[in-house]
This record gives sequence, C-alpha cells and structure tokens, in this order.
Amino acid sequence: MHVVYSLGDRIFRRVVTAGAVTSLLVLALIGLFLFARGVEIFRDMGPKFITGTNWTAGSGDGIIPAEFSIGPMLAGTIVTSLIALFFAVPLSIAGALYMEFFAPAKIKSTLVSMLDLAAAIPSLFFGLWGIQVFSSMGERWAALTSHYLGWFPLFNNELGIFGRSPFIAGLVLAAMIVPIITSVSREVYSRTPRELVDSCYALGGTRWGAIRAVVLPFGRSGVVGGAMLGLGRALGETVAVYLLLNLVFKYNFNILESEGGNIASLIATKFGEATPYELKALLAAGFVLFLLTLSVNMAATAVVQRTAKAQP
Amino acid sequence: MNVVSQVGTESKTSKENGIIMNEMSTSGASTAVVERPLGLETRGLHAWFGAHHVLSDINLQFPERSVTGLIGPSGCGKSTFLRMLNRMHEFIPSAAMAGEVLMNGSDIYAPEVDAAAMRLKVGMVFQKPNPFPAMTIKENVLAGIKLANLKVSNHDDIVEKCLSRAGLWKEVKDRLDASGGSLSGGQQQRLCIARSLAVEPTILLMDEPCSALDPGSTLRIEETIRELAEKITVVIVTHNMQQASRVSNYCAFFLSDGGPGVLVEADATRKMFTNPTDTRTADYVQGKFG
Repeated sequence: MHVVYSLGDRIFRRVVTAGAVTSLLVLALIGLFLFARGVEIFRDMGPKFITGTNWTAGSGDGIIPAEFSIGPMLAGTIVTSLIALFFAVPLSIAGALYMEFFAPAKIKSTLVSMLDLAAAIPSLFFGLWGIQVFSSMGERWAALTSHYLGWFPLFNNELGIFGRSPFIAGLVLAAMIVPIITSVSREVYSRTPRELVDSCYALGGTRWGAIRAVVLPFGRSGVVGGAMLGLGRALGETVAVYLLLNLVFKYNFNILESEGGNIASLIATKFGEATPYELKALLAAGFVLFLLTLSVNMAATAVVQRTAKAQP
Repeated sequence: MNVVSQVGTESKTSKENGIIMNEMSTSGASTAVVERPLGLETRGLHAWFGAHHVLSDINLQFPERSVTGLIGPSGCGKSTFLRMLNRMHEFIPSAAMAGEVLMNGSDIYAPEVDAAAMRLKVGMVFQKPNPFPAMTIKENVLAGIKLANLKVSNHDDIVEKCLSRAGLWKEVKDRLDASGGSLSGGQQQRLCIARSLAVEPTILLMDEPCSALDPGSTLRIEETIRELAEKITVVIVTHNMQQASRVSNYCAFFLSDGGPGVLVEADATRKMFTNPTDTRTADYVQGKFG
C-alpha cells in the first residue's frame, strides 16, 4: 500500500526525525570522543585499568612511571549508588503511596510542589548539607550500625572513625534521588485504574490490601524506571561525593570506614592539575562511567518493557 | 418473544416463592412494601457531592433472593445510590450522605461498623469488566479471599464453584493459569462476577454490568443473574429497559428534574412495565424520554 503524505506532514516528519537522530548522534559522539581520547590508556594499561588500585601521574622523567587504574573508584561508584538506592527506593515508594492514597488533598498538593522543588536543588547543596548538617547524625547511625552489626564484614570498622564514609555519602545521595523516584512513582501510582482499586474495596479489601493487590503490581515497571533515573543520577554524581568522601585508592567494602570515592569525583579532583597523559586517563575513566550509566539505562528499559508486557 | 417468555418465567417463580406484592402506597411516600424478608433497606437516604445535592430521601426495600433493577435516565443518581449500598460512595473526597442503609436490620453506616468487613457481604460488579491484570484467572477468583485474609483451605473447590455459578467454568477450566486479561469481554465480566462470589456475599450490586458487552454475552450474564438470585439478593443498575424487564423481579425508577434525584416509584417489575402508578414511570419505560 502506498501512503501519500502531504507536504506539511513530510516537513514535520523530517523535523522530528532530525530531533531524534540528533540526540542519538550527540550521545554517540560523546562516547566516541571519550573513547578516542582514552584509547591510548586502555592500550597501555590493559584490563588493569579497570581492576588496578594505583593512580600515579609519574615523575615525568620516567624514573617513576605513570600508572592509572580506577578499580576502587569504579567500585566506590557502584557501592555508594547501591547504598543510595537501598535507602531511597523504599522511602520513595512509601512517600508516593502516602501522597496518592492517604494524604488529604491540601497536604498532597503542597507535597507534590515541594517534591518538584527538591528535585531541582543543585547537588552542590546536598553535598554542603551532607558535610555541615547530616554528617554528625550519619556518623552516629554508622557507629550504632557498626556496634550491633560489626560482625558482618560490610559494617566492620576497626578504626572507630565514622566520618566521610561511603555510608554517609550514600545516604546523602539517597536524599538527593528520593525526590525524582518519589515523583515518578507517584505519577504511575496515580494512573492505577480507579475501577481496579474500587474492585478491591468492593471485595472487602482494606486500603493496604488494594495497594498490595493492584497498585504495587500496576506501578512496578514505573517505579523501576524511576529508580533507574535515580541510580543514573547517583552514579554520575560529582560534587556531593567530592565534598563528602576522602579519595582513597584502595578497595573499600567496609562501607562505614572513611575511604572511598567515585569516578566522577576522581575526574573533578584530578582534572585541574592533570598532566596531558593523565588527562587521557581521566577521559578513559569517563568512558567507563559512560558505559556504566548507559548499560544501567538499557537494563532499566529492558526491565520496564518486560514488566509492561506482562500486564495486558 | 424473549421478553415475554422471561417475564412469564419470572411470574411463575414469584408464585412458587409465594411473594405477595402489595400496592405501592400512593403519591409522595416512595416505599415499596413487600411481605418477604428484606435483604437490604434504605431509609431517608440523601447524597451530596460538595454542595450539590444528588439524591433526596430515598426509601427503598430490597427483598431477599430477588433481583431489583434501578432504572432512570442518566444523571438521576442511581449509580450513586448503588455505591451507597456498600459504602463505596465515601471514597469520593467531596461526597457526603445522610440516612440509613439497613442490612439485616442494622445500619451499615453506624460508627462501629468495619466498612471493609461489611463489603465482604455486599459484593459489587462494575460497568467495565475489570479483572486484576497481573493475576491469573484462578488468582482473580481468589483475590477477595486473599485481600480479606480469609482462612480457607479448599481453594480449588471455591474456584470451581464460583466460576460455575458465574457460568464460566466450562470455558476456562483448562486454562485457569492464563491471565484474566486473555478472556473476551463477556468472559471477563463473568470472571468478575465469580470473583465477587468467592467471598460469599449475600448481596450483589451490579452497575450496568452489560453495557460494555455484546448481546450474546449480555444474555449469558442475565441468565447468570437469574440463577444467582436463587441464593442472593441482586441489585442492578441498568439503562436497558428490556434488560430490566427480563432480569428483575422489582424495579425502582429514579428521576431528577434538575434538582436532586428522587425515587419516583418502586414496585414489581411486571406492574412497573404494564400499569405503573406514576405517569412519568409509564413515559420512561415506554421510551418517551430518557
């Protein structure tokens, strides 16, 4: 069948196609740029770039050789982000359910607009708030956790110093991504078909019963999408982590200890005084982060599509 | 043809059950008096949405094990009335009500009543078939039991019994684990009926249950309703006069003249359709307006 489009349609179609292609192109070019600049490092360092624990710019005269690897920073990126998700997702789901099903209309509208404001707060302020306000409280939480759960390797802390740990950074990141996850979750919960919720009530269900039977399954894919948006933000977060963590090149899976860092904060820290060769290493690190966030997003899309398909 | 034969069957059933309908009291008081145990009764029921008065002083009685049709043009408040019978009305933020709804003689709006527990006894089927999308056919039937945390062991028996009563068992017995959404519209609606039956309600409210269905499915559901009424009390809102005459024992005619909806007349369906007291009822059932 041959479809004839009018001139207006054809122009419109080209314009929107161009828009779509441009965004893909920009993404591809960024990836390409990072790879092209970093490829020399990948060649020189090999797989050790990902797994190694040493970041040395070298002495320049070759006496101390330059060596770059981002293992601890990559691990730190993932650890702090997972901590953030661990705290942010349940909190966001609870908040979204409250706003959608329990809050009186006035409180709801206030909360919704405040949430949108919170989502727009620059991460710098979260970092400053983390250091100035939250740290002392977070340290107490960390001390308690270590006291009671210290037998578990993750919560072990031998030095008894709890400040500037991945745990605290993760909590601040959690506070940072709660608004976006809550906002997305509330949006999908609010689209639960009214008659399904009514059916639950009509069957003698309580509000919690209706939420469990209908609202949560219905919103699952949307919440996963929201969580991935939050995760993307946490993975790439620079300033807040830069302010909150001591950059230490050592694998640290004792999340209560004062060592850590992530890729983005590594780049921010080293960028200003980097040697030309180190700069390439930083861009190579950027490429790794780029791949990481890209794969998280693709995984999220796959999850969302799969759960969406499961619901006819 | 069909209508006549159905009405015939109905009058026979009525005689068998020994129902005597008294003449409705004359103009003003809108009460159908019947000598038969009451499944449900409303007294002086009013409804508001915000400042908007949508129903005024509805006094209506629903005899046990019968089908009562609520008829009337759009906007007369009959769906609102239906939703007040199981306290679904109160989920609408601006909604308010006054009056009493008596189930077995006690007011379901009394402060000590647990609304969720009460709704176990008053099931509801909605206009659009709405099986739970994330659940299988079997899970859909058992959803109410799970929601209300009822302790039952014979799940398979309940599924078979409810699907049979809803007239769906033969069609789905080999694919109970298929998604509820995989059924046709009419089958989905019967699944929803089966779902409401699983918690063993004594009253079933139906809000235009066939309006989204094809004629074949509609007839199947009407048969189901007739069968259900041998055990439970059914209240059905319908826009379809033929349906009201086919399926109901009693009819209540609601009307709004711009103000709040009122109950014009309620009586045995045959009388409502052949010899109503109020001329407005006659005009409506003959399709002169609405």
